[in-house]
Amino acid sequence: MPSQIVSLVVNGEPREFIARPGVTLLAVLREALGLTAAKRGCAQGSCGTCTVLVDDRPAPACLIAVETVADCSVRTLEGVAVGGNLDEVQSSFVDNFATQCGFCTAGMIMVAEALLDRDPDPSEEDVAEAISGNVCRCTGYRPIMIAILDAARRRRGESVEGIEGTAPARPAEEAVSR
Amino acid sequence: MAKLRGRGYASVNYPTGMNLGGDPSQALIHSTTTGTFVITLSSVDLGQGIKTIAAQCAAETLGLPIENVLVDTADTDTGPHCMGTFASRGTHRVGNAVIMAAAEARGVMLEVAAEELEVDAADLETDGTGLIKLKGSDEKSIHITDLALAAHFKHGRTISGRGIFLKEPSTPVPETGEMDPDSCQAHACTAAFVEVDDETGVVEVLELYNVYEIGRALNPAMATQQVEGGAWMGLSHALFETTEPYYPRRDHGPRDFAEYLMPGPADIPVQHSLFLERPAGNGPYGAKGIGEMTANAPIPAIANAVFDACGVRLTAMPFTPERVLRGLDALRGNA
Repeated sequence: MPSQIVSLVVNGEPREFIARPGVTLLAVLREALGLTAAKRGCAQGSCGTCTVLVDDRPAPACLIAVETVADCSVRTLEGVAVGGNLDEVQSSFVDNFATQCGFCTAGMIMVAEALLDRDPDPSEEDVAEAISGNVCRCTGYRPIMIAILDAARRRRGESVEGIEGTAPARPAEEAVSR
Repeated sequence: MAKLRGRGYASVNYPTGMNLGGDPSQALIHSTTTGTFVITLSSVDLGQGIKTIAAQCAAETLGLPIENVLVDTADTDTGPHCMGTFASRGTHRVGNAVIMAAAEARGVMLEVAAEELEVDAADLETDGTGLIKLKGSDEKSIHITDLALAAHFKHGRTISGRGIFLKEPSTPVPETGEMDPDSCQAHACTAAFVEVDDETGVVEVLELYNVYEIGRALNPAMATQQVEGGAWMGLSHALFETTEPYYPRRDHGPRDFAEYLMPGPADIPVQHSLFLERPAGNGPYGAKGIGEMTANAPIPAIANAVFDACGVRLTAMPFTPERVLRGLDALRGNA
């Protein structure tokens, strides 16, 4: 089979590129479009760090042949912040110190976006289920779950002051590495 | 058939650094013309936070805001040498090297400020906001940005410093085995509360209590995350992770990452963590290493809690349902 021209709507913008048959959505995002937030972790759909939203549903970009999602809408972490402003999920991850090495973070945020889009008031069990396909080897998951629950409150416009069970310690000064 | 609860604890002493062949790390620091202090290292930050710790140590020593510090690390072709981030040594070795480099740079900073302000350098202080000022005076002061510009364009000085920390080699005394391998030791204790299902053999960890004596927690938020993330790894080793088959035949074992078991977000216990601070004399601002030790204590603590819950003494990880059930069978005389 020859290479073909494939169209996608990526983060709201129509994109076209030439793809070999079977090339993954992840490879296209990272190599053809330069969107490197989605990571190649296990490359077999087990770790979730390549998660993007395809037509608003979380999907492992490492397993998807790009021609099978032609003309679909794809949302990546790069499309989450608007005008350089972090959204509720991103700012909640920062404030609740829900990242350590950061390799899982892009996938975690994308499954959280999908969860909160369909359920603005998820339970702790809902959050655990939503991120159950995403491996984090640093944090032990608790800070991530707290951050997603906190993001839900922020998105509902509730005060974030005085919430029991938020981050174990307040974040100290940010790492200064510009 | 019942769900049996038990609790157990375990303690760990853990060395900071490892010096069989000598254990050095270097740091260089210089100010840009606008007063940003660039720390050049070769130490890798893989998420443990050495960049943050280096920036904190430099800002504290320089007496400047942390926003004035930029860490440039991990190009080992061009950076000053670092033995590596292993042996729980990064904070201790690199922190000490950064403090030494920053102290030298601070000396130059104060010398140039003394010339600019026409006062004695010994009479100057930093206020942590970016001002270098005459002690007790609000009138005689200069901002680091103006000072850095003056140093470069007017005085021809580099505001810079060099740092190295070396733990010298130590070899064992052949007769006694005595040696001096590390710089200090951190201590920790974890108490585990578990529930054992005596029908299925499944062990669930309900709560972990972690207490760490790590000298000084330079960044309590990062140290807490290190402790609780490490405890998760310990829990994972205790109950899940193995490359061997759970059952006798090899084809029941994990073949790839997809089948390699680890606890997910629904399998995690509630954790309570706190620090006892006993600053180490040779540590940067009293800090010891915390990197590797955090996975250690939870494993024997969970084993002890399983024993407390159901009487089964497990000595091989992971504590799988099969091993728990075999232990229970032995206790019941069904083995």
